[in-house]
Amino acid sequence: MTTPAEAPLEAPDIPYVDPERFLGQRRRGRRNAWVASVSTVVVFAVLVVGITSTPGWSQVQETFFNWDAAVATWPVVIRAFVLNIKIFLVAEFFILILALLVALARGLQGPVFLPVRILATVYVDFFRGVPTILVILLLGFGVPALHLSGVTNSPLVWGTVALIVSYTAYVAEVYRAGIESVHPSQRAAARSLGLSSLQATRYVVLPQAIRRVIPPLLNDFIALQKETALVSLLGPVEVLRAAQIDAASNFNYTPYVVAALLFVAITLPLTRLTDWLQRRATSRRSAAGMP
Amino acid sequence: MSYLTVHDVHKAFEGVPVLRGVSLAVDLHEAVALVGASGSGKSTLLRCIDGLVGVDAGTIRIGGADGLDVTAHDIDLDEVRQQVGLVFQQYNLFPHMSVLQNITLAPRKVLGLSRAMAEGRARDLLARFGLADKADDYPDRLSGGQQQRVAIVRALALQPQLMLLDEVTSALDPQLVGEVLDVIKELKESGMTIVMATHEMTFAREVADRVCFLSGGVVVEEAEAHRFFDEPQDPRTREFLARVRAWA
Ligand SMILES: Nc1ncnc2c1ncn2[C@@H]1O[C@H](COP(=O)(O)OP(=O)(O)OP(=O)(O)O)[C@@H](O)[C@H]1O
Ligand SMILES: [Mg+2]
Repeated sequence: MTTPAEAPLEAPDIPYVDPERFLGQRRRGRRNAWVASVSTVVVFAVLVVGITSTPGWSQVQETFFNWDAAVATWPVVIRAFVLNIKIFLVAEFFILILALLVALARGLQGPVFLPVRILATVYVDFFRGVPTILVILLLGFGVPALHLSGVTNSPLVWGTVALIVSYTAYVAEVYRAGIESVHPSQRAAARSLGLSSLQATRYVVLPQAIRRVIPPLLNDFIALQKETALVSLLGPVEVLRAAQIDAASNFNYTPYVVAALLFVAITLPLTRLTDWLQRRATSRRSAAGMP
Repeated sequence: MSYLTVHDVHKAFEGVPVLRGVSLAVDLHEAVALVGASGSGKSTLLRCIDGLVGVDAGTIRIGGADGLDVTAHDIDLDEVRQQVGLVFQQYNLFPHMSVLQNITLAPRKVLGLSRAMAEGRARDLLARFGLADKADDYPDRLSGGQQQRVAIVRALALQPQLMLLDEVTSALDPQLVGEVLDVIKELKESGMTIVMATHEMTFAREVADRVCFLSGGVVVEEAEAHRFFDEPQDPRTREFLARVRAWA
């Protein structure tokens, strides 16, 4: 509680709000919410009615949205989906580490490191240009064809390696953009305090760079999560392949829809998280008066 | 022998000469002000002394006769930087670290102090400069003057022998300049050797023992502070001072 004597001191801190305007804003806010709900309901109703009243709908419903088929396929598809998640987790783990090393290699200063810089640059340029699907086919069918002794022929392993090789190139570029966005004066300040170049990178540059690239990194996570399905081209029974087998044996495409929903279910939280982080970063920057 | 000796230093950027034979000697516990027009090379000279910028020719020695030659090819610059503290115009605090972490980073990673030891020292320094309650704040929560004082404390935490101050008040709002100048005055009184680039002529006169005027890439005039301002010898110095006074 404030004593009456203190009250006038605090008064200027409370912005004055015209009661008329305040109520007007409230009314407008409520009307906006109402318009938004009505228009949403109308648009969706039109869509549903429009699609379900097409001549082919009952046929489509039978082959794509068949509840019994969905229930029957569920155990197979969900078990196969676990393999996608495993591929994703293993690949992402290596990508995050290798991409950072590639990004750091590209930023090495000094003539001694020229070969390293060239190698890293060529690697990134090459694999950013080649479609992931080609890398998967080349590694998945190419390496076993070499008949190397002591090297696995597992399509699962080579498919995952292909994802790692391909995505490391993308993620390295994300890291590099983050590293370059940290102002050189930060490094100069660290160096002037006696930190070595490596220490300046480790304690001053990287923590700031990584914070800034978390949203784009999550975007690449989401893309990678979907592309695990490409490994099916090499034969491993991940979710797409399982759905395909099931669909072919029952002449029903519902398993594809189930597989699709599983991908959405797992990427949706990541997507929302990315949006939220991006919005937060933007509002922080504008609060700090930065562009 | 002087604590810091700069001898005939040359430095060009992309063929454009900035320093064309600068010489300067600074004794232990002495404060020298570097003045000169914008672009005259004050920052460049300070960065050369700290080894952030390599010189094209000339020598820079720190610590007297058996000290370090900053310009030698095999010099360990990290060793130089432990003896020399550099404070920038734009503070350059690390935004992802609290005030305490900013200050303890170098003592822990460079000097190898334990966290407790480093934090103890940092808190003592913060208290000395009236920042005790800011230890756990992040830089973006501080005013410009507070950030600059933290930057000075951060440099002091390595217990340097020489402090290089590069226009540490010129990014500040006028009402915040005083608090930072007070810190520098205290440093000077505690016996720190200081080389400071500054536009604050009144302050230079008050705190510096000597003033050094850079123009055209050389030291045009160097004199005790009161003589520099009251009886400037070189016509270029007089012109510079007249312009600065017209401004103020
Ligand atoms: N890294 C660099 N690359 C190229 N040119 C540079 C670099 N650093 C400084 N210069 C140039 O050197 C000249 C001197 O710059 P310096 O910052 O040393 O001047 P200053 O006396 O500190 O000026 P101010 O009072 O504006 O801070 C300027 O013309 C500047 O453009
Ligand atoms: Mg400058």
